[in-house]
Amino acid sequence: MIGRHKHCISLAEYSREEILEVLDLAVSMKEVLQRPIKKVPSLRGKSVVNLFFEASTRTRSSFEIAAKVLSADALNWTSSSSSVTKGETLVDTAKNLEAMRPDVLVIRHSAGGAPKLVADHVGCSVVSAGDGAHEHPSQGLLDCFTLREKLGTLEGKTVAIVGDISHSRVARSDIHAMTKLGASVRLCGPPTMIPAGIEALGATVHYQLREAVEGADAVVMLRIQHERIGDPLIPGTREYSKLWGLNAKKAAEWLRPSCVILHPGPINRGVELSPEVADGPQSVILDQVQNGVAVRMAILYLLAGGNPADAGEAKA
Amino acid sequence: MAEVLFIEGGRVIDPASGTDGVRTVILRDGKVAEVAERVEKPRDARAIDARGKWVTPGFIDLHVHLREPGQEYKETVATGARAAVAGGFTAVCAMPNTKPVNDNASVTELVLARAAAAGFARVHPVGAISKGSNGEELAEYGELLAAGCVALSDDGRPVLSSALMRRALEYSKAFGLTLTVHEEDLQLVGKGVMHEGAAATRLGLKGIPGAAEDVMVLRDLALLELTGGRLHVAHVSSRGSVRAIREAKARGLAVTAEVTPHHLALTDEDVAASGYSTDFKMNPPLRSASDVQACREGLADGTLDAIATDHAPHSAVEKDVEFDAAANGITGLETAFPVCLALVRAGALTERRLVEALTIGPARAFGLAGGTLAAGAAADVAVLDPKAEWILDPARMYSKSRNTPWKGKRLAGRCVMTIVGGRIVHEEGRTER
Repeated sequence: MIGRHKHCISLAEYSREEILEVLDLAVSMKEVLQRPIKKVPSLRGKSVVNLFFEASTRTRSSFEIAAKVLSADALNWTSSSSSVTKGETLVDTAKNLEAMRPDVLVIRHSAGGAPKLVADHVGCSVVSAGDGAHEHPSQGLLDCFTLREKLGTLEGKTVAIVGDISHSRVARSDIHAMTKLGASVRLCGPPTMIPAGIEALGATVHYQLREAVEGADAVVMLRIQHERIGDPLIPGTREYSKLWGLNAKKAAEWLRPSCVILHPGPINRGVELSPEVADGPQSVILDQVQNGVAVRMAILYLLAGGNPADAGEAKA
Repeated sequence: MAEVLFIEGGRVIDPASGTDGVRTVILRDGKVAEVAERVEKPRDARAIDARGKWVTPGFIDLHVHLREPGQEYKETVATGARAAVAGGFTAVCAMPNTKPVNDNASVTELVLARAAAAGFARVHPVGAISKGSNGEELAEYGELLAAGCVALSDDGRPVLSSALMRRALEYSKAFGLTLTVHEEDLQLVGKGVMHEGAAATRLGLKGIPGAAEDVMVLRDLALLELTGGRLHVAHVSSRGSVRAIREAKARGLAVTAEVTPHHLALTDEDVAASGYSTDFKMNPPLRSASDVQACREGLADGTLDAIATDHAPHSAVEKDVEFDAAANGITGLETAFPVCLALVRAGALTERRLVEALTIGPARAFGLAGGTLAAGAAADVAVLDPKAEWILDPARMYSKSRNTPWKGKRLAGRCVMTIVGGRIVHEEGRTER
């Protein structure tokens, strides 16, 4: 359990305390990752199934490693078809996997609400690894973990999130978690990529990059997906990169020297981030990847009901 | 021969004849014989005690999907007509998007034959505007009218071609048939699955702006002005549509419109509160609170003529899936009255206007008989208990399908008896189940 929650599907439903419970535990989990023998027996005998309906290497691997470091068994189930018009329905697939008695089902799906649908039909815990444009809770948590690590706290900090907010589940989870931890969030992108009513989540909206990033303590640059350019939200990547991409010159002129740059990956180099910025001193992108494993260990540990006797070992 | 019915002590609300008060209704030979304050019970009559109840003309629903032929696992003409009378509806207009589409006399005749055999509500088939409802060629309106169709529609999809819509409006004039149109610009809809706004943004679901409906309503009003003919806008959901129809009526255009109980009662925030329940997915989608307010005002001021359910049964196969993948539509026949009565309690609608929009309003829109208790009219009557409180138990619904957002909800107001052509076809608490 994470606070009151059996599942980790939506940070909108999590309280500040529940978010902090994961982030605090993730500190000890990260310590385990620094050891020469990266294995603790906390989830020995537990099993985690990764059910992925969308291509993903990094998130799936991250969950898989997190499970294995905790000694849980991990099974990957990848389905190329996320359409239910033919073949087995999502509910049937989930029930079949559930019959194999996993402790946690990690699901990624192109439809918003799919993890909720699964959670309504199975008995085990469900973790969303991203559903449509709804949420990507573990990413939201790992972004917060990274910001706490780099900035000490999110209280009173300003975070700019730049890119295609309308299609971004990362942006939604970030907004929910960051605002609950006391940060103010600025959203920036072309007006076509700002979804209706997003201000209601407690963020401000900006169309000019400079206005959004100046004075910010952190900037989250989102991936501009080439495959969505057919849905004509922008004229193309050329103008996007010029107006909303971050390069060394803009970073030097507009960003505070202490500002950190995040990206959920994979990066489109030269579109939203120039290579010098992505690899530069302000970038914490690779820290995010490592922190992702620690945060996912914490989520799995809490939901799979890790053995309390072994917990000390993880925390030791 | 149906027996003579003597319905006494009820409050008769018949907006068509301006009646609202305690009256006795006598039904004889399938017709309304008399509605009077003091009248002796004929010796051969069966007395029905309607004290504390409303006695209204049977409701008329301009918009239902009975799924037969082709999708009988969702509903049949018989189960749909049975559900109708359970909700107080004595006549329903069956949309043509069956499999095959009702674009020819044989489908129309099949629907009519099934309805006659079932013997519950009257079923009025609606024929297709275009062959196969594919928006390319006009269907044969003469044949459809002769076979028994009462209106024309490609419901389920818009008539995308402005040129075809123009010709349909023109051609229909020879037959006096109303065109009832499903208005959405499919390009603006895109892959949208719910109303565009803060709720859709939170849920990460693709939005459909109200403008997707507005632009098509505005187009068809412009065409109506060009061609003449009779236009009826199905399931109005956006404030822009309400405004456009109000203005068109003021200019004297022959336009009528309907609104569903769910577009009057629920908003996009209810979709969010339901946690992606596909019982809240329909087309047009549940809209914002300000759209709902505009629809309520439009109904109250007569801009919207009728309440129609858009009864759209679906099985678990279509509904127990991801929100994105789920079929659009909910059932409505068995919940329309209590859901709309709640609007009266909320002060959004008068009792008279509510009954009007369920009876004479829809009758006039399609030029149907009925909708009144005037002497000589067909003996189609609903007896309603406005105070009855009940919980909607899906297992006790007459429709074959259970896709309703009011499942398990407490409702107030219930139809207790329905009479079609002088014959009692539904009596609550005395059922064949």
